[in-house]
Amino acid sequence: MADAKIGAYVCKGCGLGDRLDTQALTAIATREGKAVFAKEHDVLCSAAGVEMIRKDIEAGEIDRVVLAACSRRSKTEAFNFDTVAVSRCNLREGVIWVQADTADARAATQEMADDYVRMSCAEVKQMIPPRGNEQAERNRHLLVVGGGMSGLTAAVEASRAGYPATIVEKSGALGGWAARLWRRVPARQPYADPQDTGVAELIAEVEADPNITVYLNATTTRTTGAPGRFAADITTESGKTVTENFGAIVQASGFTPYDATRLPEFGVGKSPDVMDQLGLETLAREANGSPIKRPSDGREVRSVLFIQCAGQRSNKPGHLPYCSGHCCNTSIKQAMYFKDRNPNVDATVLYTDLRTPGNGEDFYRSGQRKGVIFTKGVASVVQPANGALKVKFQDLILNQEVSIDVDLVVLATGMVANSGVDAEAAAKQEAWKDEGAGTDGAQNAKPEAPRSQEVSILNLDYRQGPDVPQLMHGFQDSHFICFPYETRRTGIYTTGPVRRPMDIAQALEDATGAALKAIQALENAAQGRAAHPRSGDLSFPSFHRDGCTQCKRCTVECPFGAIDEDERRYPQFNEARCRRCGTCMGACPVRVIYFENYSIDTVGQQIKAVEMPDETQEKPRILVLACENDAYPALDMAAMQRIHYSAYARVIPVRCLGSVNSIWVTDALNGGYDGVMLMGCQKGDNYQCHFVKGSELAHYRMSKVYDTLEQLQLEKDRVETHEVAITDIQRAPQLIEAMAETVKRVGLSPFKF
Amino acid sequence: MAKKQYMFYPGCSAEKLASASNYEVSVQAMCDVLDIQLNEIPDWNCCGASIGYAGGGELPRLALNARNLALAEQDHPDQDIVATCAACWLSARETKERLEDNDALMRETNEALGEAGLKYQAKQRIRHMVEVLVEDIGYEELGRHVKKPLSGLKIAGYVGCQTNRPFGIEGESFENPKYLDKMVETMGAEAVEKYDKKVSCCGGALAFSEPEKSQALIKDIIEAAYDGGAEMIVTPCPVCQMNVEVYQGQINKKYRTKFNMPVVYYSQLMGVAYGKSSKEVGLNGQVIRAKRLEELADRK
Amino acid sequence: MSDLNTVMVEKYRNDFLKEVEANVEEGKWVKMCMQCGVCSGSCPLGPFWEHPPQEVFMMIRAGKRDEILKSESMWMCTSCYNCIVRCPRELPITHIMHGLAHYAERLGLAPKQNPTRKFALMFWDNLAKAGRVNEPILGIKLYFMNGFKQGIQTALKMAPVGLGMLRTKRFNVLALLFHKGCKGKQDIHKILRKAREIELAKAAKFGG
Repeated sequence: MADAKIGAYVCKGCGLGDRLDTQALTAIATREGKAVFAKEHDVLCSAAGVEMIRKDIEAGEIDRVVLAACSRRSKTEAFNFDTVAVSRCNLREGVIWVQADTADARAATQEMADDYVRMSCAEVKQMIPPRGNEQAERNRHLLVVGGGMSGLTAAVEASRAGYPATIVEKSGALGGWAARLWRRVPARQPYADPQDTGVAELIAEVEADPNITVYLNATTTRTTGAPGRFAADITTESGKTVTENFGAIVQASGFTPYDATRLPEFGVGKSPDVMDQLGLETLAREANGSPIKRPSDGREVRSVLFIQCAGQRSNKPGHLPYCSGHCCNTSIKQAMYFKDRNPNVDATVLYTDLRTPGNGEDFYRSGQRKGVIFTKGVASVVQPANGALKVKFQDLILNQEVSIDVDLVVLATGMVANSGVDAEAAAKQEAWKDEGAGTDGAQNAKPEAPRSQEVSILNLDYRQGPDVPQLMHGFQDSHFICFPYETRRTGIYTTGPVRRPMDIAQALEDATGAALKAIQALENAAQGRAAHPRSGDLSFPSFHRDGCTQCKRCTVECPFGAIDEDERRYPQFNEARCRRCGTCMGACPVRVIYFENYSIDTVGQQIKAVEMPDETQEKPRILVLACENDAYPALDMAAMQRIHYSAYARVIPVRCLGSVNSIWVTDALNGGYDGVMLMGCQKGDNYQCHFVKGSELAHYRMSKVYDTLEQLQLEKDRVETHEVAITDIQRAPQLIEAMAETVKRVGLSPFKF
Repeated sequence: MAKKQYMFYPGCSAEKLASASNYEVSVQAMCDVLDIQLNEIPDWNCCGASIGYAGGGELPRLALNARNLALAEQDHPDQDIVATCAACWLSARETKERLEDNDALMRETNEALGEAGLKYQAKQRIRHMVEVLVEDIGYEELGRHVKKPLSGLKIAGYVGCQTNRPFGIEGESFENPKYLDKMVETMGAEAVEKYDKKVSCCGGALAFSEPEKSQALIKDIIEAAYDGGAEMIVTPCPVCQMNVEVYQGQINKKYRTKFNMPVVYYSQLMGVAYGKSSKEVGLNGQVIRAKRLEELADRK
Repeated sequence: MSDLNTVMVEKYRNDFLKEVEANVEEGKWVKMCMQCGVCSGSCPLGPFWEHPPQEVFMMIRAGKRDEILKSESMWMCTSCYNCIVRCPRELPITHIMHGLAHYAERLGLAPKQNPTRKFALMFWDNLAKAGRVNEPILGIKLYFMNGFKQGIQTALKMAPVGLGMLRTKRFNVLALLFHKGCKGKQDIHKILRKAREIELAKAAKFGG
């Protein structure tokens, strides 16, 4: 690194020139930062400013650039120099916009700017322009696991976009559960009547498409590789296996209907006239437009009751705690099977909350117009009696126990995701036990322990388990707010009811999205770039084999299963699976993992570059490590609103709190910082961490740092870890202010030299 | 401006010696200033009001209203029908809309009207006097005629129910209509800005049959006006006016309150602002005299 | 029970909803209620309804014919129309309540002693007689609607109110003499008779 040739550019625009002594900044860059030169410019982002920098780079005078101007989130198009390492020194949002424009504040403001210039020079010195992933391969072929509505749609959409697809379907026919429906909930204006499922047309399109290959009675028995170079063993019933290569994978393994025999109170098994919604679809298909008949005696049905939320949205043991989303619309549709044929049939829907997503509200109204009766109540017992079914329920409006006789009872049971093996099941079982499950008391009863399915769907040979991890209730992981489709296995996209409960309309949209994300992933992989959320990033992790102790922390903690172990038990990075969060770097106790442009040193040297005033000056220093995805933008936006915070803070953006190595914190404390703050995203079940586990891991690791604090005999208050959302524009600066107050209260650090 | 002409439906309560006769007096005074000519529907009859439902079924009530509308149509088919009473307006407009929407009902209604040699064709618009003021004349013009601004008076605009729901005045919300406050301000007075009982019910006809329950509602309406710093209440509805005004004595007894809040019509405020005397705007008809308003009116 | 009631019970058997749809003003809307309860929460006299509108709709669907038609609930409606403008499904709730009350009255099932029912009938008779409301007669009848003795008590209690109205010439016994009503009162009688005739014929005809 000795031969780093740094060019520093100090912008005077946006008021920087008025508020700061820019000449002093150039002096710091050359004298302390060892820049080859430092130049001032009136408006650095202007064509002239950019041209000046470009010429310097082309002349070969410099290979590293410090841009002392605005936040790294501004002017990204102007400041785009991809052949050199660049450090953005944030003097605008980071300094002048968050400090008062008064004579009193001028000195502290300048000190802040001075430090940020030192930090940028220190950072860029440690950076190498990333070369890109050398393992990059282009494979345009998409593997689609599952041949139901979602899988068929994903394949068709991929093919239409020019990408060949291969469908692997476990059963002997395409179409999934949708193919067993008599009609579907309408997806078109006026959303009034059940409509044809459209499955036959979709299957016909798939079969006629030369770009789509279909394997029936087949499963994926082994999946290896990474985005751009997946290899899957496809084994058919006969035992024959073929291996094919794919660029990306869409998993559309669908759902299994909840096992209605677990609801004996509703007469399941006691009478053939009690069935789940799929059972009624079968009856309707058999009737084929003529009146639907009772299975028990073949008599035309004159009255039918639909029991919503049967075995779901319930905390009872063995029930599903969630809502399956489609069942209300489905019951309305099925009630119409009767009402459309004969308005004199009594069709009643017994519900607690009618939920009709999409355009279901129109469909609901149509049901009411057709005379379907909607009763708010909770069924308790269904019993066969005198050739009918006696249903007891609590009418929630009239608040009374009611009993009615009907010919047929249909149970709206839920969807159970076909998500394969849950590698984290054991840990979840433990957590579940800790929460006090199994203790009696109906109200506090927990849903049953998460089940671990025995049969894997993908059979990944990843170190972290054979299937995509699950988030909640067996549904496969996805970032529920910002990044649907994204799983913790890069290049593998889940879609349809395996991702969350959904109806056909949603599944079609979902599958289209997943197909496009899969295409995006394989194209990124082909160019050696990261997939979401650092898409386009060319850096990737490397490690110094010499220092590695084979502790496996990196392989265990990588949220994306990107790191396997080689035959000598060293970590083996699969660059294309890596999302570049740096969680491995944060985890490594011996600090041998690094990215070319982001490492223990790029941050560590910044921390050290800050000039530490001695005790007598009474100027504390607060280190803020802020997640670049939420906390850092929140601080930027606070700056745009001119919300001020302590001039003693020094903010360093990090890729994810997961990348924060505790050495940075202990070094900072040893170096005399008075407070250290970590700002990351929301963790836990409703996580908003862009890298799923990063924030959670950081919180966990920081709890260990408190031991260090004790050893140093420092107050615990000096280190804080916060969850900060991008919308916390007021709160983020307040947190810094609060830390400044804390420091004032507990006093300056004794470690200043 | 040219004289504006309308067919006029005053309603039973506006008759001489009836409970809202002072409303009628003030409306005439106001229209005189605004150059509005009201042509009374010849031999109009009662609309049935909202409470008529028990005795009169749907068709009898529709027919009753249709008679008025048919008579108006015969007289001046080119003029809009204007009502000052909320119930009259509501019943008449409801009749027109329901008959327009339903051919069978229209046929049956005309069959009944045929007994008196009448036929209804739903030609005219049916409007409330307030709509005429706000839409046809406009606040600016209403303000132009002010001779004695009502400055210093703080007034709670009590819109009530039936002038506001289900039809209401175009462009106004059901929960917080603003027109009455705007009219108050146009006359130079101050409107209570947050009058949280502005569109609450006074009990309507149930003031007679369920006095306890209704008076509890009325009490809240008056209390809220006091809370807002008002010294009088203004309303566009005869039933509101009467209910809120005349039971104050009984409410005082029951709830140990000391209410003595005058309740006037918008037309009375306007008449005074336009320079009419207290008698000309029927202020002698208030059970609780609006003394400050009377003084202002009779000041030379 | 009136004859009409017997006929209706026979005709609709258990299907009260269908009966309401066919015979009650705006009754065809009842099935469209989605049970959100905004109506009940918006009613100024909500707490006094034995069965607030939301429940009334549910009970009609549940076939609770007698409970509804004999109920005092609908007679609590003040016609403020708050429920109508707030109903997310735009049900004409006020009209349905009026319609139910009228239907109950027509069948002879309405609660005889309900004060609003009494006043409402009195009001209709009053206006139907001469085409316009005769306020003094209505007022006097109102005082005596629960019998002579209670009438005197009511009159005494209401005396200050009445005096105020008398003093301001807004309630005048002279109107007892002068109130003439409409010139065409005979026409009005004919129109109302015919309208009622058509309505009854329709009810009798529906569905055979």
